[in-house]
Amino acid sequence: MKDINKVGKLFRIAGPVVVATGIDAEMYDLVRIGKEKLMGEVIEIQNDKTIIQVYEDTSGIKPGEPVYNTGKSLSVELGPGLLTSIYDGIQRPLPTLKDQMGDFILRGVDAPGLDQKKVWQFKATAKKGEKIKTGEFLGEVEETPGNMHKIMVPFGVSGTLKELNSGKFTVNDVIGFVEDSNKQKHELKLKQYWPVRVPRPSAKKLSPNMPLITGQRVFDSLFTLAKGGVAAIPGPFGAGKTVSQQQLAKWCDAEIIVYIGCGERGNEMTEVLTEFPHLTDPKTGKPLMNRTVLIANTSNMPVAAREASVYTGITIAEYYRDMGYDVALMADSTSRWAEAMREISSRLEEMPGEEGYPAYLSTKLAQFYERAGRVQPLGTKKEGSVTVIGAVSPPGGDFSEPVTQNTLRVTKTFWALDAKLAQRRHFPSINWLTSYSLYLDTLEPWFADNVNPDWRQLTGDCMKILQQEEKLLEIVQLVGSDALPEKEQLTLDAARLIREFLLQQNAYHEIDTFSSLQKTRLIMKTILQYYAQAQSALEHGVRVQKILDIKSKVEIGNAKFNKDFEGILNGAQKKIEAEIRALS
Amino acid sequence: MKEYKTIKDVAGPLIFVEKTHPVGYGELVSIRLSNGQLKNGQVLDTSENLVVVQVFEGTSSVGKEAMVKFLGDTIKLPVSEDMLGRILNGAGKPIDNGPEIIPEKKIDIIGAAINPYARLQPADFIQTGVSTIDCTNTLVRGQKLPIFSGSGLPHNEIALQIARQAKVLGSEGKFVVIFAAMGITNEEAQYFMADFERTGALERSIVFLNLADDPAVERLITPRMALTAAEYLAFEKDMHVLVILTDMTNYCESLREIGAAREEIPGRRGYPGYMYTDLAMIYERAGMIKGKKGSITQLPILTMPGDDITHPIADLTGYITEGQIVLSRELHRKGIYPPIDVLPSLSRLMNLGIGPKKTREDHKNVSDQCYANYAEGRDLRGLVAIVGEEALSERDRRLLKFADAFEARFVRQNRLEDRGIADTLAIGWSLFGTIPKQELTRISPELKEKYYKAAQEKEITVQVKR
Repeated sequence: MKDINKVGKLFRIAGPVVVATGIDAEMYDLVRIGKEKLMGEVIEIQNDKTIIQVYEDTSGIKPGEPVYNTGKSLSVELGPGLLTSIYDGIQRPLPTLKDQMGDFILRGVDAPGLDQKKVWQFKATAKKGEKIKTGEFLGEVEETPGNMHKIMVPFGVSGTLKELNSGKFTVNDVIGFVEDSNKQKHELKLKQYWPVRVPRPSAKKLSPNMPLITGQRVFDSLFTLAKGGVAAIPGPFGAGKTVSQQQLAKWCDAEIIVYIGCGERGNEMTEVLTEFPHLTDPKTGKPLMNRTVLIANTSNMPVAAREASVYTGITIAEYYRDMGYDVALMADSTSRWAEAMREISSRLEEMPGEEGYPAYLSTKLAQFYERAGRVQPLGTKKEGSVTVIGAVSPPGGDFSEPVTQNTLRVTKTFWALDAKLAQRRHFPSINWLTSYSLYLDTLEPWFADNVNPDWRQLTGDCMKILQQEEKLLEIVQLVGSDALPEKEQLTLDAARLIREFLLQQNAYHEIDTFSSLQKTRLIMKTILQYYAQAQSALEHGVRVQKILDIKSKVEIGNAKFNKDFEGILNGAQKKIEAEIRALS
Repeated sequence: MKEYKTIKDVAGPLIFVEKTHPVGYGELVSIRLSNGQLKNGQVLDTSENLVVVQVFEGTSSVGKEAMVKFLGDTIKLPVSEDMLGRILNGAGKPIDNGPEIIPEKKIDIIGAAINPYARLQPADFIQTGVSTIDCTNTLVRGQKLPIFSGSGLPHNEIALQIARQAKVLGSEGKFVVIFAAMGITNEEAQYFMADFERTGALERSIVFLNLADDPAVERLITPRMALTAAEYLAFEKDMHVLVILTDMTNYCESLREIGAAREEIPGRRGYPGYMYTDLAMIYERAGMIKGKKGSITQLPILTMPGDDITHPIADLTGYITEGQIVLSRELHRKGIYPPIDVLPSLSRLMNLGIGPKKTREDHKNVSDQCYANYAEGRDLRGLVAIVGEEALSERDRRLLKFADAFEARFVRQNRLEDRGIADTLAIGWSLFGTIPKQELTRISPELKEKYYKAAQEKEITVQVKR
């Protein structure tokens, strides 16, 4: 084997992209640049030249300065201590950076992702002498109250467990060792590394046939997202994206939340960083941060780190998935990530594709979203999943631009936040005509088994009424609603009930903020029953105006704000029925 | 220090120098022309065989005979509290015939990103004395709120009025203005300077002037100079700094010029692909820091080419800044000053700075109601053009009237009028006086109880007086 040349020298520096010579490197190797050892990554190899993107500012760096190849890829440290952390795009903890360099992020500072000194109580579950394989559980650590962090056999290690101790350890302490078939010893620690650009392996990918229950009626009923699925949210100005995201983080039935602020505004990121720690987990009453990892990379932080931030985030998400947890990852915004790719690509003088984005944009987006999914992890029977909710911010609100289009090609759920609805105070401001979910049919068996066999029928009927309303409204604008046939006036009434009582939901009301599937179903059922009864009354000659005036309809809405929704909705249904009967 | 006479090419604002010692990226460069003139530049690209330098003063009279000296240091701004009251050129040199500034220290102008974890969430209401900003698009300390204007609109007057009147109610601390002009005309600059001198604002200001006939490349460092001075005053000297950057469109044009000269692959409309990051590195230098008393508030001004809000400059700016104040040509034609169109305007941090104890409990409601009524009234104007006013309902006619009154009394104010927030809200309520109580749907019943009646009575007396 030939000697690998680990030290080369810089040849050219042009902003965040530098060229080195005399270094034997492989693609995506992590390198250290210059005397200050700035972090960089190999992104192209041309003959004897190695092209490197640098995660920090390169001012003042000169040709001829040394370049060191670490021989490793950009990796994250995985182990107890990830939860509650706030990282930059390359997993440096922001609070540590603040302690080390003050209020501004200066360069050349290295900070490990995990707290190296904190002592964890490790409880071994694997037995000495057992045969163990990659990904299997060695034991667990209570990372935050109630959240058990499984310590897994690192990738590529298998053999006989020769020693494993319970007790108090830091992430760097050796907790035992494995002897492989070649009699080689492998030390075991609480932490392990994983290169961010490589998806973590699993035993089997499963089809997404379980919904991610969000407690938000519009998502659960009409635009369901599957566990392990992918949703895209466009985030126009002032459409209430932040509130929607926080509601999802608080209420969705994922156990771990990873939030990536990618290229966002500093002050808005601060809002997330100050508000998230104050959110309480409605299920446990403890801080939501206990099961959250935040990654914050504002628009003015180095562009290469922004490019890396989504990979850092999804690797952490996959790591928890491998423990058998359901993880929800929110990336805000993937457009900024794509722009980072464009910027680096243009510095590399690559041939641009559409609107200057690199030709490989769609591949990269697809590869990233493909890392979502429901899997059978290597080490446990319990299934795990990573659900990705990616925000896109199309420039000028133009959905035909490449990032949005390529995202829509791979995402199966689209939640169209609509600023116009927000202005009309319709929250959550999800446009029911442009949003869609392709999971509805695959999830039908689950809803039939776990909620009620009529679920798919109900959601389909609601959607149909809303679509009819849209067509009718066009006519109404021309001729006025009184000119419509009586039957269609009734459809408008039903659509209004669906909009107000089903789709609208008050995030700040203590009861309405979460709606169980049963409640959502019963609301749909009550509205649709009214519609059916009203239609038949109409056929029996009752005047439409009388039906429209039925008072007890309002009570359906009251159920939103009351714990005893069943009682109210059943009561409302009976009253409506009685009122209609009295008319005919 | 070695001087090189090895210029290979000169192209646009760039010179290409061969056979140098290793030169650092971003290093400052001094160029001595054959006629003895001195020019400054900065290294844009450096390698063992070729160094690319952008020349701030432009490359006119630069030939192969010119001597190039690399100064071994990146661009730094000498700072001191004595800068207040001074007028500097776009590269930070005094041009007011005053003494040299004795620096307390020199700071790199590129500036580092504020650690998001160290940021303090902005929360202090800045009263600008302009109703359309204070009530419906509130500015808070640490915010970056650009003015989206068009050529020929009075954005400069508005910026000056804000600079003159801006204050945080009931707050101590020194308030200063840093004014960075990029590529504005001499006439505009005169106007600004005259106003600064007349109002005595100059002594609490620093002015950086890069005029239209100054080198375009210099514009790329002017905002960075200004923000470096701002960071020094805010985070080391505990001052509250308002930075006015005008005109960012000229800045972006310069960015495009350099990109083209380097033969980079252009992005949208020929602007470089890194413009988003480049602008972010300017705009994000606003905010507050935990444990520091000072703050930086930014008010960038940009003229949208062709009044097009989807133009890359406006679009990218809107994605970085926390909202925007949009000026309307229509209002301006009607003779309304300030011609701020509240409908497309937005302040994303507004809710952090208003409400009880900060402004007043009814602030949010008044703003929402004005917004809603004005939006509807404006839509109706289109309808009136088609069907005539007689065809409208009573309610619609009221809304139409509201929109007119809103523009005439709420939006319109004198250039010297410093309207307090209480006065602004009172105007809002008096406009509501003509609308039946039940139609004020955005206002909570308790607040209606408290303010509506008084407003209505006042409205009647006002009308009687007229």
